[in-house]
Amino acid sequence: MINWKVILEIAKTHLVTKKKSTITATLGVTFGIGAYITLVSFMTGLNELLDDLILNQTPHIHIYNEIKPSEKQPITLIENLDGAFNVVHSVKPKQGQRKIHNALPILNYLRNDENVRGATPQLQVQIFYLSGSIELGGNLVGVDIMEEVRLSNIRDNIVEGSPEALKNSENGILLGAGLAKKMSLSVDDRVQVSTAEGNIFPLKIVGIYQSGIAEIDNIQSFAKLKTVQRVLGEAENYVTDINIKLFQISQAEQMANRLERQFDIEAVDINEANAQFETGSNIRNLITYAVSVTLLIVAGFGIYNILNMLIYEKMKDIAILKATGFSGRDVKYIFMSQAIIIGFIGGVLGLCIGFLLSKLIDGAPFETEALPTITTYPVNYKLGYYMIGFFFALLSTIIAGYLPSRKAGRIDPVQIIRGT
Amino acid sequence: MGLILEAKNINKHFYKPKDFHVLKDISFGIEAGEFVSIMGKSGSGKSTLLYILSTMDTDYSGSLFLNGGLITGKEHQELSRIRNKNIGFVFQFHYLLSEFSVLENVMLPAKKLAEKSYDEIEHDALEKLNMLHIGHLATKKASRISGGEKQRVAIARALINNPTILMGDEPTGNLDSFNAENVFQIFKQLKEEQALSLLVVTHDGDFAKRTDRIIQMEDGRIVHQ
Repeated sequence: MINWKVILEIAKTHLVTKKKSTITATLGVTFGIGAYITLVSFMTGLNELLDDLILNQTPHIHIYNEIKPSEKQPITLIENLDGAFNVVHSVKPKQGQRKIHNALPILNYLRNDENVRGATPQLQVQIFYLSGSIELGGNLVGVDIMEEVRLSNIRDNIVEGSPEALKNSENGILLGAGLAKKMSLSVDDRVQVSTAEGNIFPLKIVGIYQSGIAEIDNIQSFAKLKTVQRVLGEAENYVTDINIKLFQISQAEQMANRLERQFDIEAVDINEANAQFETGSNIRNLITYAVSVTLLIVAGFGIYNILNMLIYEKMKDIAILKATGFSGRDVKYIFMSQAIIIGFIGGVLGLCIGFLLSKLIDGAPFETEALPTITTYPVNYKLGYYMIGFFFALLSTIIAGYLPSRKAGRIDPVQIIRGT
Repeated sequence: MGLILEAKNINKHFYKPKDFHVLKDISFGIEAGEFVSIMGKSGSGKSTLLYILSTMDTDYSGSLFLNGGLITGKEHQELSRIRNKNIGFVFQFHYLLSEFSVLENVMLPAKKLAEKSYDEIEHDALEKLNMLHIGHLATKKASRISGGEKQRVAIARALINNPTILMGDEPTGNLDSFNAENVFQIFKQLKEEQALSLLVVTHDGDFAKRTDRIIQMEDGRIVHQ
């Protein structure tokens, strides 16, 4: 039978009368947990920012027609050459159209798939931006702008003007920020574009697009799908790319394979396109956890030391407690509860300090050309990290407290009382 | 009257630094309400015997009975409870918990036993303190009272659960003659008024002479009782 009331009473008295070491031990946990929370919030915030930067610009599955040579050259079709060693020189890509065959039915099919959050058609075309006698090479992407807004973070990247303005204008263009700077153009100005065939079209600038990646901003602009189709003189079913967003990103690979077979088309999933990127995230997470765990282990050693010292100081008290009827288990629990109380208080304080530091970081200005939408450092306030932090605090103090407490429980009162 | 405490053929060895037979075939009993003292030279094994009788030392052979029940070989957990409920213990060096007040020190064993409410325990504790004329010290820190007072507080603590036997390991060894006499009178009073059994290890011949019975030990044997 364990009498918790008495045990906690004694534990409390020990903690209160040894204020200095209690505070030292508690602060150890507090700083460990505080640093963990700050670090994790900041690191995962940064990770998420980078994830978003790439993930939101990259469709989960990208469908297009690739220009490539036929896998089966005509000679392989000749039956009586079976088993022979054929050499074909100067193989050329297969003549074909850039547009996706049957794009509209495919879009329809995809939109009815329950795994698909959305599928948007795009028409990418190489053009020249004309500025006086200067021609700047670049590309123009025809999009269904409102669908893009729904499925990606394009709205964040439109630094001037709005996607609605593009939707409402028949010949509007969202000009890349780098292009606008080069050509000294701003919203409401006009820009002339010329197709590869030499047709020239004037377009009205309704917004400026800045992705933060200079290579893109220097060449790419957006217009409505219809506008681009008209510039090219193509019909409404002329679509070169289809971008798909899924509900579950993990299904991307499997679905891409299926679509490739089903529609005889090139389908690239996000992991294939950004394999190196996930590695980066994983390594950053690993570093975060390694540092945090190190901090907590250090805090744990602090608690271990302080409890050990406390137990040496309290040898006589332990002997008396045992002589007057407290069992070894009671004594063990007395010291364990001290460790847990230290862990609990230190943990809660650590969460608070971590939260405050995160707030501080969150408020610190962080402005960079590359990330137009970011003004302060990114911080992630996920409740899960706070729960893990608190759990860590208790776990480390319990482990650190267990050995000294067990030792206290095993102290032989006779030895202490007789002074041997 | 029956035997409160009975020891049968108790043998004990110390193995460090080398094998040493401390207690050799000790057998004796204490009756209810009897005031017994154990005397002997240093190293005669009298304290060792006391700690075996107190159930704190379990490393011995032979058998020990308390209130007629065998307690040898019981679990530590159970022994703690027996000690808590039935045995009061007074040491040579008072040994109070210095961070607690006098009253809390006295109350602790009863709180552990948890047979009464805290209010009742506090009432009992004050009663014991008053009986020993130290009621006015109740709220003082245990570290701030004199040696004689500490020993009386220790006695009050030993009595809080109304034990069947009170054991003392040279309870007057560290006190001046006035306080030593005081402690003796308290023991005598407890025996006479509450029929408490007492077993006291002492060096003090005058103290021992006035007890009901002296158990004389020499080289691990009882030579006279």
